[in-house]
Amino acid sequence: MWKFLHKLASPPHFYDLSAKIIPWFSVGALAFIAYGTIAGLFFAPADYQQGDAFRIIYVHVPAAYLSMLAYTAMAVSAGIGLIWRMKLAHAVAAAAAPLGAWFTFLALATGSIWGRPMWGTWWEWGDPRLTSELIMLFLYFGYMALRGAIDDTAKADRASAVLALVGAVNIPIIHFSVEWWSSLHQGPTLVREGGPAIVPAMMYPLLAMIIGFSLLFAALLLARVRSEVLYRERRTHWVRKLLMPSEEST
Amino acid sequence: MAELLSGTDLSLLRGERCLFEGLNFALSAGELLLVQGPNGSGKTCLLRSIAGLTGLETGYISWQGVPTERDRQSFSAEVVWMAHRVGFKGDLTLIENLRFETGLRSATLGGIDEILARLGISRLTELPLRCLSAGQQRRVALARMLISDARLWLMDEPFTNLDAAGQTLVVDLISEHLAKDGACVMAAHRELEISVPVQRIQLQ
Amino acid sequence: MNSDEAKIPGLWHGLRSIVRRDLLLAWKRPGDMLNPLFFFAMVSALFPLAVGPSAEQLAISGPGVLWVAALLAALLSLNSLFLNDYEDGSLDQIILSPQPLPLLALGKSVSHWLVSGLPLVIVSPLVAMTFRMPVETVGVLMVTLVFGTISLSLLGSIGAALTVGLNRGNALLSLLILPLAMPVLIFGARTVSLAAADDAVAAGIYFLAAYCMLAITFAPFAAAAALKISNE
Repeated sequence: MWKFLHKLASPPHFYDLSAKIIPWFSVGALAFIAYGTIAGLFFAPADYQQGDAFRIIYVHVPAAYLSMLAYTAMAVSAGIGLIWRMKLAHAVAAAAAPLGAWFTFLALATGSIWGRPMWGTWWEWGDPRLTSELIMLFLYFGYMALRGAIDDTAKADRASAVLALVGAVNIPIIHFSVEWWSSLHQGPTLVREGGPAIVPAMMYPLLAMIIGFSLLFAALLLARVRSEVLYRERRTHWVRKLLMPSEEST
Repeated sequence: MAELLSGTDLSLLRGERCLFEGLNFALSAGELLLVQGPNGSGKTCLLRSIAGLTGLETGYISWQGVPTERDRQSFSAEVVWMAHRVGFKGDLTLIENLRFETGLRSATLGGIDEILARLGISRLTELPLRCLSAGQQRRVALARMLISDARLWLMDEPFTNLDAAGQTLVVDLISEHLAKDGACVMAAHRELEISVPVQRIQLQ
Repeated sequence: MNSDEAKIPGLWHGLRSIVRRDLLLAWKRPGDMLNPLFFFAMVSALFPLAVGPSAEQLAISGPGVLWVAALLAALLSLNSLFLNDYEDGSLDQIILSPQPLPLLALGKSVSHWLVSGLPLVIVSPLVAMTFRMPVETVGVLMVTLVFGTISLSLLGSIGAALTVGLNRGNALLSLLILPLAMPVLIFGARTVSLAAADDAVAAGIYFLAAYCMLAITFAPFAAAAALKISNE
């Protein structure tokens, strides 16, 4: 087990392995998202209260879910990097942040579009989840700004890892306080006592979209980590050999 | 004599540049380790990594045979660090600054009068430190080393800003410290006249 | 020289000496202490000037305005928390001390609060009075500000430690700390609003107290880790 992990953490090995995994994730993401989009837009019944406007949840909910997942991935890998001094983990954290920020932005944008027919306004401060997402976006900005402000990569890795962990401790508290602050939004849709509140024909496309988005995130993350690894290891033998095979042989 | 401080397979990168690689040394009580090299060769970085301020790329420092990473506290208790920047507050007086030291590390103001007299700064005790000249501030930094009972002195270019008398004084103080079973690691870009066992590390 | 029995000063002694040193420094430069206070008063004064002197409106927005002003005032003084020590080399000496670094980071936060947070709490009733805040509400305001400013001093020490020695550190510090400080602001301001509406305030005060305890427990460790990284 440890040997496997150790091997996985070595950049050249990761570089080879990820090249094999990415296509699978991409194909899976495409399949799930295609099914979710078609089933969600055309076959799921319209909501009896919200009409067709509810269909934006097929983007909004997965994006919001991914904004959390990306932060978790970032904080966990930052913690691993900080504790076990694993350079690959830091590269993962660095690669996850912009992706998470984009998903957060997507969740905010779709939430705002959704809010227009629901509340008659583009932005509703009374909605705790939109507000949490906004603070989430600020957290991502802070993380990326700190990273950008430090020139030395190793130092940037560790400083931003501390910030990611402090943020991870704070996120549940932020959510809790924002919930307390206001309660205008509708309750959680998927997980509710006594079974889901929405009909299966609405729910399956949503689940497919969540899985599809997660696979997409994984594929994008791996691709970003690959380029991050190449950049960080640019002085090493294996990268030079990879990029300039002819020069190496002469 | 027992080995006090040792470094094993030390290497350090600064950004893209490798400052040193595969460096080894072993220092016994009563010995001086002189780190030499031109500007930018990594003397300060080596000293900072020995102190534990900067992480090493590979290798480890041991104090009395124990890696310092494993017991940071007992190592820190045995070290005083004299850097380019004196590390005192310009708004506080000499005594106020040194009193703060006694809260940080094992040090006493018991024999402070003799120490200040020897360093030639007895009459400056009431002034805020920023009113002192650079050389006088260096002498206060020397006072920090003398009031502490740490065995290892880490000195980065201790002669900077000191007049001829001050430089002789530093050499005398180091000799006395080594005679009391202490050890010293010093970064200097020039040769040094001192009658104690000296080891050298030459950085490029 | 007795090398086998190094007399490291006690933890309490270490904490006390760093707090005493920072208080002494603040005493010698009272401007550093007064600036955030003036800033607090001035931001609070800007608001009525901007939205008009209607007593009703001021009473409603008062808690929020006071809390935002307090948050910004705390941020203003946080930038220099470790900066001076970094610049004159004291930070090296502090990190190399055999005293546990989290303890010394806690000491820095304590003195920061005594110098910037406590005066703000003391002045807050005066500013609150201009917002026509009833006397009972002022009491709640002060209690929330006590817990809130302590939390901010601790939380801010992490941000200050992360940004020490960076260019543009000040703006970056705000960017890092403001989202994290959101719960403090929410609970602080809302609790005072609830008090003004004669509603139950215990939940908010308990939350702030709990957050404060959490910050005292963990923030010094995070700040210490960040300091070591920044000072490399």
